[in-house]
Amino acid sequence: MAVADRYETHEYDVVVIGAGGAGLRAAIEASAQGAKTALVCKSLLGKAHTVMAEGGIAAALRNVWQEDSWQVHFRDTMRGGKLLNNWRMAQIHAQEAPDRVLELEEWGALFDRTADGLILQRDFGGHRYARLAHVGDRTGLEMIRTLQQHAVHKGIDVYMECTIQQLLKDGERIAGAFGYWRESGKLVLFKARAVVMATGGIGKIYKITSNSWEYTGDGLAMGLDVGADLIDMEMVQFHPTGMVWPPSVRGILVTEGVRGDGGTLKNSEGRRFMFDYVPEFFRAETAETEEEADAWYMDKTRRRTPDLLPRDEVARAINAEVKAGRGSPHGGVFLDIAARRDAEYIKKRLPSMYHQFKELADVDITAEAMEVGPTCHYQMGGLRVDADTTATTVPGLFAAGEAAAGLHGANRLGGNSLSDLVVFGRRAGLYAAEYAAGLSGSAAVDDGEVEAAACAMLAPFEAEGGENPYAIHADLEACMHELVGIIRTESELLRALDEIGRLRERAKRVSVQGNRQYNPGWHLALDLPTMLTVAEAVTRSAIERRESRGGHTREDYPTTDRDFGQVNVVTRRVGEEIRVCQEPLPEMPDELKRILEEKG
Amino acid sequence: MDEVTMRLWRGDRSGGAHQEYRVAAQEGEVVLDVVHRIQATQAPDLAVRWNCKAGKCGSCSAEVNGRPRLMCMTRMNTFPAGETITISPIKAFPPIKDLVTDVSFNFEKAKAVPAFKPGPKEADGTRRMFQEDVDRVQEFHKCIECFLCQDVCHVIRDHPENQPAFAGPRLFVRLAALEMHPLDTNDRLELIKQQAGLGYCNITKCCTEVCPEGIKITDNAIIPLKERVVTEYHDPVIWLVRKVRGQKR
Repeated sequence: MAVADRYETHEYDVVVIGAGGAGLRAAIEASAQGAKTALVCKSLLGKAHTVMAEGGIAAALRNVWQEDSWQVHFRDTMRGGKLLNNWRMAQIHAQEAPDRVLELEEWGALFDRTADGLILQRDFGGHRYARLAHVGDRTGLEMIRTLQQHAVHKGIDVYMECTIQQLLKDGERIAGAFGYWRESGKLVLFKARAVVMATGGIGKIYKITSNSWEYTGDGLAMGLDVGADLIDMEMVQFHPTGMVWPPSVRGILVTEGVRGDGGTLKNSEGRRFMFDYVPEFFRAETAETEEEADAWYMDKTRRRTPDLLPRDEVARAINAEVKAGRGSPHGGVFLDIAARRDAEYIKKRLPSMYHQFKELADVDITAEAMEVGPTCHYQMGGLRVDADTTATTVPGLFAAGEAAAGLHGANRLGGNSLSDLVVFGRRAGLYAAEYAAGLSGSAAVDDGEVEAAACAMLAPFEAEGGENPYAIHADLEACMHELVGIIRTESELLRALDEIGRLRERAKRVSVQGNRQYNPGWHLALDLPTMLTVAEAVTRSAIERRESRGGHTREDYPTTDRDFGQVNVVTRRVGEEIRVCQEPLPEMPDELKRILEEKG
Repeated sequence: MDEVTMRLWRGDRSGGAHQEYRVAAQEGEVVLDVVHRIQATQAPDLAVRWNCKAGKCGSCSAEVNGRPRLMCMTRMNTFPAGETITISPIKAFPPIKDLVTDVSFNFEKAKAVPAFKPGPKEADGTRRMFQEDVDRVQEFHKCIECFLCQDVCHVIRDHPENQPAFAGPRLFVRLAALEMHPLDTNDRLELIKQQAGLGYCNITKCCTEVCPEGIKITDNAIIPLKERVVTEYHDPVIWLVRKVRGQKR
């Protein structure tokens, strides 16, 4: 069959890959700028990971605390990220987040209200003031539905259940994207002047994760393959509170809002152990005793409870308590909100947490403590982007949301993800459209490259009696969980690299059963090389950073190191190899340095 | 080790049948876990939609022993030990493959809904709404679009020929959310009465019963919409005022 008959072709100015908050916002903006825009997503519209975000969207709206400002939000974000953040992204994010939240309201979102009718804001870890606009504990659902409906009304072309497998270039610049329809298994080519990567994170390389099947790092691997830089890949966030029991729900998220609204962490001795884990960096602003911490719930001008330290600190503390034998029966710790709040308050503020524990674990959180433990939740690293335009290092390729790196540095604060999605999603759409409009002539796609991609995608059907893709995936998850988890050490990281190499060999021998129609085994077989690339990038970056900072903790280098505080670990593809190196962080202007030096 | 027996519908648009699988039981599992284990060990090409596995995304809708459920929120220990569990795709929509159905009907209907259109801002540039005024609409916004309400609605479940003229409970919740939004100024009554076919609903409350989010679809969304239609179209006083002033609906 002739090459062109083997796939359908569409042509757009801007193709946005991924339809979570960032992708939707990017598509809305690109379309509003007049670009012919396509939105391509692996699931049905409205099912992307944003739907699972619970606690809220951080923005210095000043509805609850007049004292808040973009400067304080900027400072909190930078300190939470252990100063590894791209300062300019942190500044833009803090400055633009309020407008993006209000824009959601203009598009129909209904946030919880203050007594005088404005958007209510709640406390969260690492934020000095109550800052998170929210809808109970289902803020992500409100956000994705609002954006989804807005995008639908704007008439944007949406390609649902369509997976992009490879980016195509014309010389140095992006020329398109190639993939397949999940339903029919038919191949599809998008010719595009610009592509926005909004593909989210990488959680499916870990065994215990709050992430869905979609989180296979597609955008990162595809970007790397066409020459884009990744940075900070060693920075993986383990959310401190995932469910730990029953086994089948292990890893499902328990919102930080539980602690923001009054829940505290306790070990098997009933002790509030977080007081034992306050690092020097946060000592000045953190309560030292239970009495002092309890007073904060009533008077928010007091020093905060250590239960609300940034996520990396809390996850490490829980890990240490469990290791020391003070864990809960199923290997977590206790999270108790029933002791402080009455049933009605809990059900109003945390309805889906109530529902989730009741239905899945037979636990009534209004009467008893939850068992929680760390779960792989978020990737701070990703595609290196220009702070203002979200352009990656490949002309025509843009990135936003979790797929992009820089804003969160070494650790993301809760609530800063939803705001990231809309702030940088909008910018990605804006600058991708602008870039596309500045190009003359249509990009040329190399038929030979497309044909080779098509053959590679269909290869697993040719093999018989090969490896089961599900088994390889399970082995990868176990490898990453055991050897590249919360606490890392060089010998284990090196073993992980060996294992990833072996898994790569096995993945080459994968075979699939059945035909091309909606075949999850085939889909997973195609995701394996992607996940292995991302896993290797995480592992190599983790070896390179010989210090502990944020989402990266090294048992063999347990402290932060001044020199490593000045560099990003950069991942690049060189031929068949994935290589890492260190490159200096962008220099922060003095006026922003002064904001950071202010006493908290 | 205990075993469970599952009968999963395997097939596509051209037809299919239930196929039996036996797998080891594990503690604390939900139906979706067992389906996944069958997929990983015995039926790698078994098609099933899922995302969040926590009842938040509404992807894994199916009929479990004949009852429309989210597979991720249906615990295995709710079935008597030894009982064979039968899982079929949701019936109201055409099968694509195995447990995956073609739910595009819902997305097409959503395109026809006139957008949210807020009125002017307050004098101080803010939007003020009070919690008690948004509570009801927030209830509607809890919808996770699992389409189980659509699946059980007999107007379309038993009569696919009604689909062009009837939007279904999910869309009525959506329309109610817009109509009752404190800031919205758009008019959708014509659509609700005509194209969306609200009149077909004879309030049997099947939709409310299966809603995993506990939205009172019939009482809080559909009946108030019906009342609005009645007031607008059939109230003799309003009719007379319109006649005199020469207004049209």
